[in-house]
Amino acid sequence: MNGPEYEGVLARRRFLSRCSGGLGVAALAHLLGLEGRTAEAPGPNPLAVRQPHFAPLATNAILIYQSGAPSQLDLFDPKPGLAKWEGRSLPASLTKDLKLAFIKPNATIMPSNRAFRPRGECGMEFSDWVPHIGGCADDICMIRTMHTEAFNHDPGALLLSTGVTQFGRPSVGSWVAYGLGSESRDLPGFVVLGSGKGPNAGSNIWSNGFLPSVYQGTRFRSVGDPILYVSNAEGITNELQRARLDTIRDLNQQRLERTGDAEIAARIASYELAFRMQIAVPRLLDFGSEPQRVLDSYGIGREPTHAYATNCLLARRMVEQGVRFVMLTHGDWDDHKELEKGHARNCEIVDRPTAALVQDLKQRGLLESTLVIWASEFGRTPMAQMDRQDEAPGRDHHPDCFSMWLAGGGTAAGRVVGATDEIGLKPVEDSVHVHDLQATLLHCLGFDHERLTYRHQGRDFRLTDVGGRVMGKLLA
Amino acid sequence: MIPSANIEGAPCSPAGNGRRLRLPAAILFALSVAAASAAAEGPVLPPPVTWAVDFDADIGPLLKAHCHACHGPAQQMQGLRLDRAADALKGGYAGPVLVPGDSARSKLVLMVAGAAEGKQRMPPAGEPLGPDEIGLLRAWIDQGARWPDGQGAAGAEEAAAAVRSHWAFQPVERPEPPNVSDSAWPRNEIDRFVLARLEGEQVEPSAEAPAATLIRRLSLDLTGLPPTPREVAAFASDPSPASYEDLVDRLLDSPHYAEKWARFWLDLARYADSDGFRGDNFRPHAWRYRHWVIEAFDRDMPFDRFTLEQIAGDLLPGGTVEQRVATGFHRNTPTNTEGGSDPEEWRFEQVVNRTNTVGTVWLGLTVGCAQCHDHKYDPLTQEEYYRLFAFFNDLEEVDIDAPLPGERGAYLAALPGYQSERRRLLQEHDVFERKPPWEKRVLWAAANPGESPEWDVTFDELRTYVNLGERIIRTPRDRRSARHEKALTDFFVREYKRVLSKAEYERLGYAELSERLAELDRSLPAFGEAQAVHLEERQRQTHVYLGGSYKAPGIAVEPGWPSWLPPATPGAGRLTRVDLARWLAARENPLAARVIVNRIWQEFFGRGLVGSSENFGSQGDRPSHPGLLDWLAAEFAGNGWSWKRLIKTVVMSAAYRQSSEVREDLESLDPANELIARQSRLRLPAELIRDSTLAVSGLLDTRIGGRSVRPPQPMGALRMGSADQDDWQVSQGPDRYRRGMYIQYQRMSPYPLLSTFDMPDTYESACRRGRTNTPLQALNLLNDPVFVEAAQALAVRAVTEFQGDLAARLRHVFRLCLARDPGPSEMDSLQSSWHRQRKILERAPESAEKLFALELPGVQRLNGAAWVTLSSALLNLDEFLTRE
Repeated sequence: MNGPEYEGVLARRRFLSRCSGGLGVAALAHLLGLEGRTAEAPGPNPLAVRQPHFAPLATNAILIYQSGAPSQLDLFDPKPGLAKWEGRSLPASLTKDLKLAFIKPNATIMPSNRAFRPRGECGMEFSDWVPHIGGCADDICMIRTMHTEAFNHDPGALLLSTGVTQFGRPSVGSWVAYGLGSESRDLPGFVVLGSGKGPNAGSNIWSNGFLPSVYQGTRFRSVGDPILYVSNAEGITNELQRARLDTIRDLNQQRLERTGDAEIAARIASYELAFRMQIAVPRLLDFGSEPQRVLDSYGIGREPTHAYATNCLLARRMVEQGVRFVMLTHGDWDDHKELEKGHARNCEIVDRPTAALVQDLKQRGLLESTLVIWASEFGRTPMAQMDRQDEAPGRDHHPDCFSMWLAGGGTAAGRVVGATDEIGLKPVEDSVHVHDLQATLLHCLGFDHERLTYRHQGRDFRLTDVGGRVMGKLLA
Repeated sequence: MIPSANIEGAPCSPAGNGRRLRLPAAILFALSVAAASAAAEGPVLPPPVTWAVDFDADIGPLLKAHCHACHGPAQQMQGLRLDRAADALKGGYAGPVLVPGDSARSKLVLMVAGAAEGKQRMPPAGEPLGPDEIGLLRAWIDQGARWPDGQGAAGAEEAAAAVRSHWAFQPVERPEPPNVSDSAWPRNEIDRFVLARLEGEQVEPSAEAPAATLIRRLSLDLTGLPPTPREVAAFASDPSPASYEDLVDRLLDSPHYAEKWARFWLDLARYADSDGFRGDNFRPHAWRYRHWVIEAFDRDMPFDRFTLEQIAGDLLPGGTVEQRVATGFHRNTPTNTEGGSDPEEWRFEQVVNRTNTVGTVWLGLTVGCAQCHDHKYDPLTQEEYYRLFAFFNDLEEVDIDAPLPGERGAYLAALPGYQSERRRLLQEHDVFERKPPWEKRVLWAAANPGESPEWDVTFDELRTYVNLGERIIRTPRDRRSARHEKALTDFFVREYKRVLSKAEYERLGYAELSERLAELDRSLPAFGEAQAVHLEERQRQTHVYLGGSYKAPGIAVEPGWPSWLPPATPGAGRLTRVDLARWLAARENPLAARVIVNRIWQEFFGRGLVGSSENFGSQGDRPSHPGLLDWLAAEFAGNGWSWKRLIKTVVMSAAYRQSSEVREDLESLDPANELIARQSRLRLPAELIRDSTLAVSGLLDTRIGGRSVRPPQPMGALRMGSADQDDWQVSQGPDRYRRGMYIQYQRMSPYPLLSTFDMPDTYESACRRGRTNTPLQALNLLNDPVFVEAAQALAVRAVTEFQGDLAARLRHVFRLCLARDPGPSEMDSLQSSWHRQRKILERAPESAEKLFALELPGVQRLNGAAWVTLSSALLNLDEFLTRE
């Protein structure tokens, strides 16, 4: 009864096995992961490993996005000069070009209450809010003169992660996944880990934009399934899941032979990768093999560090498994009021685990090839924000001059780049734009940022939009 | 670093509240100079040469070498052209660049000398001009900038002619379908165009797809829902030659046709249910626009009318509420209400978004590039961009009363009681006494920023969070509408706490009052509202904004459209959005009809006749079948702009009815299927995957239109994206099972199925969906409880609805899912799979209980559970997710 419908099945089998340029049985085998993970042929698998433009300094990156903008003046950029200005307004000539979100130009200066001291052999200064990060001074390249155009959170987060202040562009992790493919056979190439409040600009900071959606960041969650729907549905055992997948594969395979459509082969491969993820993810989350002292060094199993520390350790484990790009987010630092309280709490959460991550990578010899970046969308003003007299003050957004730091991946350990004026208002030496940071990040991963492009709507787009310089000073 | 001596200074006279101190000017100067220590020393220009300069010998070649690449015949960046006297003297968007007789004040000199403050030295690439060259330029300007006429004009004419000759800007003329040798294959004119190309390439078209494939293809393409087995059987067994056309007519008449094609338009209209950005506020009335689109497609509203009402429904004489609802098209822009943002900046961004959307949707041009500079690849100048922009620049967002049928009576009956209760509550809390002085103080703060932070914040919040907030407070109370007065009063009650001590605020009980007012509002019977637009009271002057920055207005411009497109019928005065709408959908506009028919074609074949359906400019693809594109465009315009007639013409063609099987002979010849020698297999869009699943499992709620719904999603899924909300009250009852197009779309944290299956992000107009294939999709369909529930429902159908042995039931369920019978080897697979899964379940009775909890007479639990896993497998098959 199905005679006509099944005409030509044999011919199609022959066709598939013969066609080497397109997608034949060999290609299907490749898709199914039966070949080595270093297979060069990009074939139809968009996640196949690809070579960058030149030999990279780093093969992996961990971008730690401190969402909401920590105060550089209270963490990384000591400004004793602020004391002399305490309670005074700045002259109009200095404030006329400032982009202020909430305060007005005549807001008064607020010195930091923190004590700073030099750390490590390099003597880089850190505040007493970040003693553990300070302990990594000799591995850190501190940039004190970052600047950005955006002075609101979402646009700032977008510029940092996608190169423009508007929605709709691919994120840095997506560009990297697009450029390098994935080294991991059973994990996505670009993973996002978050703790605290959701990051600014939400899922847009790990969006694939107009790149194919395989390059979108896969969000690991702290509530429920670590990856959405990665656990079997209720009542489905692994054995049942496998049986179900075998049915799907078998019937898909028959349809592939009938229609010759390579998309079906790709779908079979996707389902198989999904199943491998289902096995790999719980293993990744099982810290049983980690010595207790490692867990302790991160601050896992105690508060307030547990959630953030878990993500830091996960980031290391993912890098070990070949995940190219990990974005780790934490927030919210947006202390327009009661900064003392809010920042103290956040520092207590992030200081120890962040430092442990850098040290752990270093001890395992991974820091050399892993670029770690501490980033935020902007910094905070030297002026106080005080909307009510009965509340403790905070600081407003400051896009002109703020601090970020890098570690590993070929960056200059123990170096401070850039200097700010006496009150931390403007750079006086080596200003670094967000696009410069992005260009340098891509450089570390082996890309010329002007050549890592994607054609969309008749134009070649890139992460750094129309700017970006590779900053030699940031490199070892 | 700054030497600390520079910053020392004796505090001078106290100012403001006494806590602020100001410094002596001299010290401030030292400070600011030091702070800018990296900047170059003051502008020193090379001196002018001392002899009489000859333009032809000295200046012309210099301008040509350094400037003409960007400011010449081919391109006029910043609107500046330096190869013709008149243009050069006129200057660019920022104004004149030459001041004859005064070279030190001529911007041209300052720019090339790198002496213009805050500006990049010109030329930006290549060698800068040397001091002697600048000296020549200076002398020439000082000597009067004499310029022999007539140079460079020829180049300009050529460039303009090249623009005008671009294929997409040529008038649409209905071509005669070509002659073909095989007269049996073509079913209508479309096929003659397709076949002529195929015959030219010596390629045979593919055979017609089997009846089962055809009816599933048509049903999914026209209504977005799969056919029932009964419909398949009836169609397959009907030998009449008219059965195909009858089927097409039936599907075009289906109310689900309107849903399917509304969704097509909503992608272009960047429809969403939330603001985007921080907070991502829900838009409770956005659905009214979606509903309007559904009704428009249901009535087959002609494309010109459809265009007019969405672009300018608010300006139509005697306009109806529904026509104003249509202008909700302009309200689909993302909105940033983040505290501290500059309202003017975001208003500007919205106008940009509206301009770009119209450019994409109706012109098929990526006009957005011209926001910042003259369009590198296309002929749109920055000036022309801002002429389009000007149409939307004095449009203002307004929320309107838009009661639904039946709402008005109950609402009006309840209104007097509501009003007197509200008045009582306000009186009880002294609102009428306290609000006027508060208003006065807010206005004072608006005029004196920085004097009182709590009042500054109050004013900023009012501007950001209350629709027309600033306008309302600046309008005298007796001239405010009741709606506006209420909005301001509610804001006052909520925000009064900013300017009071906590104790005082608590004593007044305003927190409680705010609650009670909200409660009172909720007690009022529903009275529909909608998002619309209207004209601002004051006409706004549009400029060319230099570098795309709202802070840098250049020359003034009036509303208008690109000069290389047909002009408007000359009318009186300034052009309005009505003129724009009429011109967009005029038969003389060569772009709109081509762009729209191309997208319709893309829906049916997976690829437009112009592959780059978003870009018909010079960087876009050229049409694969230019004659067919024009014929369809002419047909669309000639048939009264009827969507249904256009769509019917396409699906009646033999080209559409071809088999989608991949052909060996075409693999290398035509990998992208541009020749249309076969149909394409297309993965269903996100919403249709949900719809098909719910439909075959019998769960689908088929009601049309209405509010957005919230099907279950995992806890915390919303928080994954946006800041701090997990506010997703799952819809109850049949609303849980409505079609995917009704799922509430939160821009910052879209419902996972939608983004996983490539629904566009809705920030900008999208005219093509991706069709990716990822492991996250597999996880979603395998493990999401919504899909497991559907598999369970399908299993219940398998064991209750159908009769017969296992094989018969398997055949039924297979038919239900795929609209065809399984082949023999597929049957074998199904049977052995069912038995294998049952065997596993025998060893895991607790699994069976979870998978099939129902107690049904005569149904073994193990069998039911095996049906659940088998059904789930069927719902995951590539073929199920694909329109073949």
